[in-house]
Amino acid sequence: MEQRTPTLRSVAWLWFGIAIVVLVVGFREAIFLTPADAAQGDVGRIFYYHVPIAMLSLLFPYLNFAASLAYLFWRSRDPLKALTADAFAVASAEVAVVYSSIVLLSGMLWGRVAWGIWWAWDGRLTSMLLLWLLYVSYLMLRRFSATGQGQTLAAVLSIFAAVDVPIVYMSIRWWRTQHPAPVFGGGPNSGMDKSMLPAFFWNLTGWAIWGIVILLFRFALERKRQLAEQEAALQAIEASLEIPQ
Amino acid sequence: MIYIRHVIDHLHKDLRLEWRSRDSINGMLFFTLLVVVVFGLAFDPASYPTTTRQISGGILWVALLFASITALNQSWARELRNQVLEAQRMAPSPASALFLGKALANMLFVLVVEAILAPIFIVFFNLHVLGNIWLLTLILPLGTWALVVNGTFFAALGLRARNRELLLPLLLLPISLPALLAMVQATTGVLTADLDSIQIDTWIKQLLGYDIIFTTICILLFETVLNAE
Repeated sequence: MEQRTPTLRSVAWLWFGIAIVVLVVGFREAIFLTPADAAQGDVGRIFYYHVPIAMLSLLFPYLNFAASLAYLFWRSRDPLKALTADAFAVASAEVAVVYSSIVLLSGMLWGRVAWGIWWAWDGRLTSMLLLWLLYVSYLMLRRFSATGQGQTLAAVLSIFAAVDVPIVYMSIRWWRTQHPAPVFGGGPNSGMDKSMLPAFFWNLTGWAIWGIVILLFRFALERKRQLAEQEAALQAIEASLEIPQ
Repeated sequence: MIYIRHVIDHLHKDLRLEWRSRDSINGMLFFTLLVVVVFGLAFDPASYPTTTRQISGGILWVALLFASITALNQSWARELRNQVLEAQRMAPSPASALFLGKALANMLFVLVVEAILAPIFIVFFNLHVLGNIWLLTLILPLGTWALVVNGTFFAALGLRARNRELLLPLLLLPISLPALLAMVQATTGVLTADLDSIQIDTWIKQLLGYDIIFTTICILLFETVLNAE
């Protein structure tokens, strides 16, 4: 990590290129090759973006939770590993916010056409909004807290958020639901037509690879920031040790 | 047993501090009263009894939530004076006893506010309760504990942050939303008698589950937060 080798750099570029290629193929499949939706027409094509990103946006909070647990575990045992875990936690929280924002925005566009309203206080929409709020508040805490303890506090908040998410999901499901049932595993009539599958899976793969690209990019950036900070702290200590003339 | 004694000691200390100044309770009482008056002016509750019944559960909890946020910030700030908090960290008693004592004290303060406020609320809003009013004696403490336990924890978490007054609601509100939903639904259900008793029962059970889960996490993680350096 400290020395970004040429190999690592070319692997990163290769991965980025794969993401672009897969997304382009997915775009072609979703917009040009797949027949229009029987009920919704061309508007239904937003499905190939909304649903894959929604599925992925539920994945990043788990990564954040795991990284936060790792941070708390290593905090006093191995501070350097803990810092790496913390960088990963920030990166995954930010990607989670980005993905869930896209879900909310694309869902609003779709809802305006399909339901006639931008927003409904329905179960799935509300729980996604609360997920978004939780991780925005996580990022707020990181911004507000003083250096040196911000990571620990953020890791604690991440555990709270991870515990809160299933509770939110259950309580809101009990409250009300207007959004259609899950496409996969949502009952006997769930699942999608065969003609839709290629576009769906190309986009799911493409956005997953893209998510990993921005996650690792943000991770590398955060590591650089941490190393620069350590370097500055070290220099300050060395300067204070010099004997005054 | 010793643990319980530590908790009671901390509780005793907090109650005595509050008894000498009475800052939090007076502040909260007046704040909640003001919120009730503001909502009363905004909605004209006396003329529309049905609407009032439907919205007053929400208003009551929003008022209590905001009032407890103002008081919770103070409850840790008074430990900062004269480095009391550093002394607490060095004390041999478990850190979670300190937390539990303070959370119980805050709970008592908010309950006192509720006890004074409930009659005023009923008078000002011309409220005629249709459901079983005794259920409120279960819902109010459970809901209060849900707000106070997380609030005390997050107030401690934001204690050394740059602008802690702002940070507490930003952290507390998203985490408490499921509890807020449960207590508002249960209270409204009791006030309007629209929900049947099984539904109210489920909301109360959810609230209880939320309380148990978050009390456990708070107790487990408090030491980490107190010594987060």
